[in-house]
Amino acid sequence: MEQYSEKVMDHFSNPRNVGTIENPDGVGHVGNPMCGDVMELQIKVRDNIIVDAKFRTFGCGAAIATSSMATELVIGKSIDEAQNITNKVVAEALDGLPPVKMHCSNLAEEALEAAIKDYKSRQKA
Amino acid sequence: MKSIYLDHAATCPTDPKVVEAMLPYFSDHYGNPSSIYSLSRTTRNAIENARTILASAIGADPKEIVFTSGGSESDNFAIKGIAHALKDKGNHIITSQIEHHAVLYTCKFLEKNGYDVTYVPVDEHGTIKLDELEKAIRPDTILITVMHANNEIGTIQPIRQIGEIAKKHGIKFHTDAVQTFGHIPVNANDLNVDLLSISAHKFYGPKGVGALYIRKGTKITPQSHGGDQERRRRASTENVPGIVGLGKAVEIATESMADEADRQTKLRNDFIKAILEKIPDSRLNGHPVDRLPNNINISFEGIEGESILLNLDMYGIAASTGSACSSSSLEPSHVLLSIGLTHELAHGSVRFSLGKHTTREELDRVVDILPGIIQKLRAMSPLYNK
Repeated sequence: MEQYSEKVMDHFSNPRNVGTIENPDGVGHVGNPMCGDVMELQIKVRDNIIVDAKFRTFGCGAAIATSSMATELVIGKSIDEAQNITNKVVAEALDGLPPVKMHCSNLAEEALEAAIKDYKSRQKA
Repeated sequence: MKSIYLDHAATCPTDPKVVEAMLPYFSDHYGNPSSIYSLSRTTRNAIENARTILASAIGADPKEIVFTSGGSESDNFAIKGIAHALKDKGNHIITSQIEHHAVLYTCKFLEKNGYDVTYVPVDEHGTIKLDELEKAIRPDTILITVMHANNEIGTIQPIRQIGEIAKKHGIKFHTDAVQTFGHIPVNANDLNVDLLSISAHKFYGPKGVGALYIRKGTKITPQSHGGDQERRRRASTENVPGIVGLGKAVEIATESMADEADRQTKLRNDFIKAILEKIPDSRLNGHPVDRLPNNINISFEGIEGESILLNLDMYGIAASTGSACSSSSLEPSHVLLSIGLTHELAHGSVRFSLGKHTTREELDRVVDILPGIIQKLRAMSPLYNK
């Protein structure tokens, strides 16, 4: 197994923003237990700003750490800004991931996309 | 913090007595065993001494032992060597779905090269289905290869019965005994095998050395050419220190095997009982009784294995997992899927493998720590809502 960075281990052992939000404004549920990772991301939005984000993740160290980092990056951002948070941005914020673990950071990006999409569709409704 | 090593199925620490026996063969006794001067006689004798020790431990003749670089090479040599030697007789090989990759991928390689392979399924405990194995036999079947005990879930296979079936049909039979030799009795005649693989570092010998037992009269094609070593069956200047270490490790393992197997079986059973009692929604993988004395494999619902290992590592506890997330593939262990586990449960498996230095205190500590880890991870899992 390749070594994780200190930041990954920090977010893995003390994950930020774990849990669920009461009446979330957007929910993203991505991944598949077949592949070994599932992530659920919930966001609270006020005046187009993401004021809170919580996650629950089934997955490896990298999956949990990227989930945690994604919530930290997204809180305080506008919806437009949040849409620019790619898997690369999350991985870089964690001082990188081992190459075989890069797909775990996709999960965070996809969850964020899904949560924003869900938020937007709720706005339209 | 004292570390707790529970990954002996991956590798064991080399016994200091083994290291001591090896050292002179790096320095004083460096002669090439193939040379004729007296400097080489020492190394030649040392190799033959190790060969005799191993042969007598498995009830074989020394001439039936070929030293190799380890278990994977032994498996490759056995399967490719027989496949090639008997290709005029047939091209069909039978194996199980839960073999080590050294066997499985060798079979896959042969499939790409004109051979036909049947992968016999196992039951929910990981025991091979003997009736299906016998049904798979065809006139062109040249080899059956089934592991003695599984490296992940510890299930011990009915090798003796498979050997009888093979004998009845005149088919060569190989077993990968890498996980069993040095831990439970392994005798080539009792097991009815023609070929048997072992690896030194799985029983406190050095890494990079192993052996293949080849029953007298078994036609096998060498897989390495360019020298007359090992009775022309494996070209390569012998790994003299490694072979000496293997011999010493066999000697030590044989002395203490019966008592050690008893001791580990008790520790194993108590550990399994305690974990299953303390942690809800956990299950033992592998056979409850016919399993390696040192093997414990448990799946925890709703969480993933690597994240369990990383948490255990923070307490200095070393174990392993069948989850894909600990490897470069996305598929979890083929063994766990073959015994009928869902992908989720296969991802949530942890293997603890005990060793001769494992103490009850160490295992008690794991029993204390593990429930908290499982609870913490389940609290953040979207798949566990109990």
